[in-house]
Order: sequence, then structure tokens, then C-alpha cells
Amino acid sequence: MLTKRIIPCLDIKEGRTVKGTNFVDLRDAGDPVELGAFYAENGADELVFLDITATIDNRKTLVELVKQVARQVNIPFTVGGGIGSIEDVSALLNAGADKVSINSSAVRRPGLIDELALQFGSQCIIVAIDTRFVEDIDWVHTHGGRNITPIKTIEWAKEVEQRGAGEILLTSMDTDGTKAGFANQLTAKISSNASIPIIASGGAGTMEDFYDVFTLGKADAGLAASIFHFKEIEINALKNYLAKKGIPMRI
Amino acid sequence: MNIAIIKYNAGNVASVMYALDRIGAKYTWTDDEKVIQAADKVIFPGVGEASTAMAYLKEKKLDQLIPTLKQPVLATCIGMQLLCKHSEENDTDCMGVFDVNITRFQSNTLKIPHVGWNSIQARGTNDLMKGLNETEFVYFVHSFYAPVYQDTSATCNYVQPFSAMLQKDNFFAAQFHAEISGKVGQKIIQNFLDL
Repeated sequence: MLTKRIIPCLDIKEGRTVKGTNFVDLRDAGDPVELGAFYAENGADELVFLDITATIDNRKTLVELVKQVARQVNIPFTVGGGIGSIEDVSALLNAGADKVSINSSAVRRPGLIDELALQFGSQCIIVAIDTRFVEDIDWVHTHGGRNITPIKTIEWAKEVEQRGAGEILLTSMDTDGTKAGFANQLTAKISSNASIPIIASGGAGTMEDFYDVFTLGKADAGLAASIFHFKEIEINALKNYLAKKGIPMRI
Repeated sequence: MNIAIIKYNAGNVASVMYALDRIGAKYTWTDDEKVIQAADKVIFPGVGEASTAMAYLKEKKLDQLIPTLKQPVLATCIGMQLLCKHSEENDTDCMGVFDVNITRFQSNTLKIPHVGWNSIQARGTNDLMKGLNETEFVYFVHSFYAPVYQDTSATCNYVQPFSAMLQKDNFFAAQFHAEISGKVGQKIIQNFLDL
């Protein structure tokens, strides 16, 4: 049976993990390679690396980092942050990334999704959507959720699929950082309308939140950062919990 | 040991190379007929679209060479589909090592493509799953599949049972991505190298 995926997300700045971690058993908790390998060994189904600096100098650092991660890690991994061209994607895939995630650049120029899907195949193109609920409607936001756009989230999700996105990474800015649970209603609405998998992100605080996002939210994967980094929830324990409650998991 | 990874226009093979690095195996990435023929093992990986990939293989005459190889050959994902008879993806005639046709998943309830970790079950003779459990999880990304038939060496269930692995003479194939399928994938590649 196809399992639901649990995905830890690492924020990278100048080649290092930021937001801190709470891994006493790691030599260097700021080293993304070591942290990535730790997660791969301990139940993560995939990894997402998000480059939050994304300047030209840092692109080279990022490509080097991707190489090191790819050498170590034997599960799929995705790189996102500041990707805006075929060349960017080509460099990351050649370095060993399995997928890339694009966000603001796709909103600015939706045709980029078609171009990337044609060039590299839909399977490696994730479109990340940051969404916030404003005056009764869910709107797409860019620049880490700071800027509102005139695009409705539901419609954008449909459009990115039609243009060739292979998966959608949906982050609710309303729930992100609250630890009060994922945006299940919106996630369910988008997932039910989509043929491609939906990775839900933003708001995970408890194991039950993951149960809810896979049942109520109809998500295909659940992504979180700090609760894993600070060991508030351990991935293996989470997967055992979900499996006992009847959610298909790779144990 | 001398491993040739077949170089063609289907996707990036960095993950395959790193998987071999982790095992400590040496390899050459090549489309040179002589180098491929002389290799002890041949890996035919790939991510991509069937008709474009076949057109390239024909141009390089690799479509003639590959079916005649005598050493162990491991084909993955689109590589596996190209070794079958025909693919529904843009109505493409393939190399026909495996006597089965590739068709597209059809479902009103399940998402297509089939993306993520799913369990596979060994079936009949399966040399690459030696030392593994009868059921293991591996990572899939695909919209087209080979039905279960006589050369199926492992099955997976999505929409309906389909061939997760094929095995016939010196040809071994996996629909999933062994290179990023964790320890299970690593063992499968190791078993291939140990043949």
C-alpha cells in the first residue's frame, strides 16, 4: 500500500542549518549533511532543504552542499529557495538533488513551471504555495508570506498542476509556527481537486496533528521543521503512532 | 569490477552514481558501444519520457546493442519500460527484451502519478531481493506500468497489482528508484553487483 510520507525540512543559510536543533548526539547540529543523514537513518521518508539566503555567492555554496548531501543520503531529497531558471534547476539536479521546489518565481512567471516540467519531467518539479486567509478567501503569498498576490490559492493549485507541477507543497501562513495543527480544511479542498500529491506544511505541534492532516486534510505527506529539530517529536515514534491508528506508513 | 552506466538523454543520473559511490563501486558513464560491451555489469537508469528516450537510443544505435548484451544488466524506472515491448506513452515501440506492454494507470479515486514509498513482494525467482524480507518498501515515481506477467520478480499494488521488478536471463529491472530507496535499495544494488 502506498504510504503517507513524513518529511523534515531544513532551513539553510550560507550552507548551514539555521533555526537551531536539539540533537545532542550530533557532532555539529548546524551541519546540514550530518543532520540530513541522521534523519535519513531515523525514519524520514524524504528531506527538504530550503535555502533562505539564495544570493549568487550562496548558490555555489548550495550546489556544493547538495553534492555532499546526495553522497550521504539514500532517500529522495528536494532543494528549494531562490530557484528561477532552467540553469538553476540543472545545476541542482546535476549535483544530486532529486527534486526542486519553486515558489515566488513561478508566481512571477507561471510559464517557468511548463518549461521546467518539459525539460526535466514533472516528477522533479514541486511548486510550493504559501497561502494566507484574508477577508474570507485564501490568497497566494510570496516572499516567505510577506507579500499578498491577487491569485486565489485554490485556482493557483489547479493551474500549477495543469502546467506540469509534479507535487504541491502547501504552506499555510495562518498555521505556520502556531503548533496548533495543519490547515486541514484548505489542504483537503486542494487535495481532493488535485491528481498530484499534496505535501502539507505549517502548524504541526503534536502527533495527532499529523493524523488529522492525513485524514481530515487528505494530505499525501506532512512536512515540519522545528518539532523534529528540537526532538519534540521523533519521526520513528510518530510513524509508529500513525501506523497504529491505521495510517499507512513505511516502518 | 567494471560497471558501465548507459549515457543517454533520460534524466539525471547523479543519484545513481552516488549510490554506487556509497557501495564503493567504480563506474563509467558512457554511450560508447565498445565500453558498454566490455563492462562486467551494465546499469541502464533513467527518468523521462519514453519516445524521446527511444529516439535518442536509436540515433546512437544503442537500441540494437542493449538487447544483445550478455553480462548482467540492471534497468530502472524508464530504463525498465524501454526494455519492454511497447509503451503507451506517446505510442512508443521499445526494445522488447521483456515481452510485455507498458500502459498508463487509470483511476478515478487514486492519484496519478504513483509517488512515494510502496511495498513490493518478491515473486518467483528474484536474485536482487536476496537477504531482504519478502515484503519491503521502495520509492516510486511513475504514471505508466508493466502488468504482472511470467517474468515479474516482484509485484506492487497501486490501482491494481503491477510489476515492480522483472527478471529474465541476464536482464534485471526495477520500476522504482533503488538509488534513493534507503537501505533496501542499497541492498538491491549490492545484490546486482554481487551477481
